[in-house]
Amino acid sequence: MGRNLRMRAAKEITARAHPLWFAYILHRLSGLGLAAFMPFHFWVLSMAMTAPERLDGFLKMTEAGVVKLAEFGLVFLLAVHMFGGLRLIAFEWLLWRHSQKNLVAGATAVSFLIASLFLLKAV
Amino acid sequence: MLGLHHYLLQRITALLMAPLVLGHLAVMIYAVQGGLSAAEILGRTQGSVPWLLFYGTFAVAVSIHAAIGIRSVAHEWIGLKGVFLEAVTWVTGLGLFTMGARAVWAVTFA
Amino acid sequence: MMSDFLKVTIERGPDARNVRQVFGVPAYKSQTVLDAVSWVQQNADPTLSYRFACRVGMCGSCAMMVNGVPRWTCRTHISKVLDGNAVTIGPLRNLPVIKDLVVDMDPFFDKWIAAEGVHHGGLTREDQIAPVDERSAERIEANSGIECINCSVCYAACDTVAGNPEYLGPAALQRAWTLLNDTRDRGRDAILAAVSGKGGCHNCHSIGSCTAYCPNELDPMSAIAGLKRETTKSFLGKGR
Repeated sequence: MGRNLRMRAAKEITARAHPLWFAYILHRLSGLGLAAFMPFHFWVLSMAMTAPERLDGFLKMTEAGVVKLAEFGLVFLLAVHMFGGLRLIAFEWLLWRHSQKNLVAGATAVSFLIASLFLLKAV
Repeated sequence: MLGLHHYLLQRITALLMAPLVLGHLAVMIYAVQGGLSAAEILGRTQGSVPWLLFYGTFAVAVSIHAAIGIRSVAHEWIGLKGVFLEAVTWVTGLGLFTMGARAVWAVTFA
Repeated sequence: MMSDFLKVTIERGPDARNVRQVFGVPAYKSQTVLDAVSWVQQNADPTLSYRFACRVGMCGSCAMMVNGVPRWTCRTHISKVLDGNAVTIGPLRNLPVIKDLVVDMDPFFDKWIAAEGVHHGGLTREDQIAPVDERSAERIEANSGIECINCSVCYAACDTVAGNPEYLGPAALQRAWTLLNDTRDRGRDAILAAVSGKGGCHNCHSIGSCTAYCPNELDPMSAIAGLKRETTKSFLGKGR
């Protein structure tokens, strides 16, 4: 029953999905992801003050392939949240009403390129 | 749930952060080459007023921005209202600011 | 090729999500979703409640959720929305269900008033009729929203309304934007204050479902962006 309801809810949402809805959910989830990462990010950097030897240990961890992939994800989230947000401000304040779909696609593509560049430099 | 002042703070901090994010992305892509080390990061940032201002501004703006964003999500997806919603907003903002300021201080002047 | 019978699932009762009834409805050419609902009411279950009036997309009373999408049922050919030979019809989202496919539109209309979506006149019967320049930028802006017939499709489509019940919603805010651009309306300050409140335009995330699903092809998302810009300008002390 619970699963059925969930499936129905999912179907209802996907039935109404459209490109700008995709942009909205991407912006929201990237924002949540970044907000969740930030305390960890700050905590690790604070080690420069509290425990310098542990900081180097953490930074060594970034050599692992899985961590690099996670970093690629974070760079993508940061870039796509920024470009997506700039698109919203341009829409609201500069009257960029048309081609919103293209701007969404462009923002997502550029973010992916930036994250890929990061990954290429990281490996 | 979001008034004009939330909206303006959200947009102003966003515009403030846009160039900072671009800078942060550039530094990350540059710094990640050849692996990360504490010595490399601290060599760049320690004793530097420009980096203190760069990351200090970033920490302040991101705390406000994230607090308002989390406020929206907490209301729309979890249904938080009233004092609980205010509490989540302020705890997020002040929490991120405290941790962020501490981190910035740690890599610059601590 | 459509089969002879359509599998029409209708969400019944105030607790619609848990009561779904399936009806076999004979298929025919040029059949609308409203035709299928009417067939059920006239031939299978006379207790089925639903609303309609004009049947030609003018009155805005027959909107329902069709396979999860808000639509005017009178202007939706069932062949366009069939999933195989099946379709699911439910009451409009984001509004309290009274019975079956009938929702209580009160919250929707109350928000029009809350957004100052009423005429703020400045003239008396003694005054000349105010001239309206059809080519002014403000009039073009106002004209783009006046074809709204209050069907609530945008309101049902809006995910922000779904999560934030105080939010005034796309239709009411578009009305406020139309009046703000109408030279005959003198309620500028009242409108800007009304759309800056707790449930005001600043809650909108520009998801754009209103614009995507408006059957009249209006653009409430851009109207709301206009309100955000005007309230910002007004706050910063410009634009007056």
